[in-house]
Amino acid sequence: MTNLLEIRDLHKRYGTVEVLKGVDCSMRQGEVISIIGSSGSGKTTMLRCINMLEEFQGGTISIDGQEIGYQTVGGVRRRKPEREIARQRALTGMAFQQFNLFPHMSAAGNVMLGLVKVKKMSREEARAVAEKWLDRVGLLSRIDHYPGQLSGGQQQRVAIARAIAMNPKLMLFDEVTSALDPELVNEVLQVIKALADDGMSMLIVTHEMRFAYEVSSRVIFMNQGRIGEEGNPREMFLKPKTERLAEFLKTSTFN
Amino acid sequence: MTYSLNFAAVWRSFDLLLQGLALSLGLAIVAIPAGCLIGLITAFGLVSKSVLLRKPAGLYVTVIRNTPILVLVLFSYFALPELGVRLGKIESFVLTLAIYSGAYLAEVFRGGLIAVPPGQREAGLAIGLTEMQIRTSIIIPLMLRNVLPSLGSTMISLFKDTSLAAAIAVPELTFEARKINVETFRVIETWIVASCLYVATCSLLAALMRAVERRLAVPR
Repeated sequence: MTNLLEIRDLHKRYGTVEVLKGVDCSMRQGEVISIIGSSGSGKTTMLRCINMLEEFQGGTISIDGQEIGYQTVGGVRRRKPEREIARQRALTGMAFQQFNLFPHMSAAGNVMLGLVKVKKMSREEARAVAEKWLDRVGLLSRIDHYPGQLSGGQQQRVAIARAIAMNPKLMLFDEVTSALDPELVNEVLQVIKALADDGMSMLIVTHEMRFAYEVSSRVIFMNQGRIGEEGNPREMFLKPKTERLAEFLKTSTFN
Repeated sequence: MTYSLNFAAVWRSFDLLLQGLALSLGLAIVAIPAGCLIGLITAFGLVSKSVLLRKPAGLYVTVIRNTPILVLVLFSYFALPELGVRLGKIESFVLTLAIYSGAYLAEVFRGGLIAVPPGQREAGLAIGLTEMQIRTSIIIPLMLRNVLPSLGSTMISLFKDTSLAAAIAVPELTFEARKINVETFRVIETWIVASCLYVATCSLLAALMRAVERRLAVPR
């Protein structure tokens, strides 16, 4: 069986600064992987390469055996046509640190946009799907509220519903609780946890160590553009093999 | 010198003024939406990553916005025929006003575009929308909300610019007023009435824009 996600020798530069220096990673269907590491270690960049929000200069990323973003024809590596890339982006769903809800659309409108424009559903079908997922994140009663009328935690839950309603094969979470007031973090983590329990495949960039420990089947520690260490959460957090990880864990709060 | 106001002559020709106002509105209703379309396309050119789009858009805005509109009006009516482009008075003016408003509105729209956070585009991309779908469903609606207050005053300004059509004898409000002025010698009365018609129309336009603003306001 092919892996859900296969990253091979991923290289990414901003100008002359190399931020990813050869990352390899495979992920099976249903795995929940947390990516930890200090800021600037490349964890967010790696996530954003997977859905082509960032271009990358070397290596390959495949989802379900399908090469993402680039194709090599006759030895020349080319960016795939935009329409193809847009279609491939829909294989994944992403939740952002700043939520990025569309402020001029209600919660329902935010969830429905992709369903109508990308999945070509009728508005009625899309509304039904939006109701189902907003219910799942506990916000059915806020379905006609606008982002400006919701708390940060509620906005992030709508954003997660918007991503998951597209029925992606893989969910990408990019520091989704970092912009939240501490008392709102938990409601969002509960939603992610429930998705994990349902068997959703997820890559989670996070600073919440306790959460990473509890929810992940595997943890990846990124260090200076490379994978510094990876393994199951128990080993990683209790018996780090590298000094780098041990140091990083010492400076992070585990609560 | 004493001048006693007598509006009787102006009221007798009031129909003419109203016809003039109707034509003024007509010119604006065709030219300004066309200008909006030109402005929108140009604004995307101005913020484009590609130099091939940015440079021509910038050149257009620089040339047109820095030329007095009266000069543009005279140029299209008198100089273009010499270059083989023969247009009627009205067509020539509408074309000029459309191109002129395009340059102004491009700058207004550009300001609104750069105020849309990049995260909005990324969120659109992440759910699989194409760049064009992102523009029509997310970027343009948000940009419009950003620019509505300044768009209102630009619209009013552009509407008033229709008075320059008088320079090439398009029978709009200012042209008709001048005719009545010359025929009746009721100088003050004629221009007071003409001004009132402009003020009333612009106030209406402003109220309309405020209503649109309220209607599109994002609930919070």
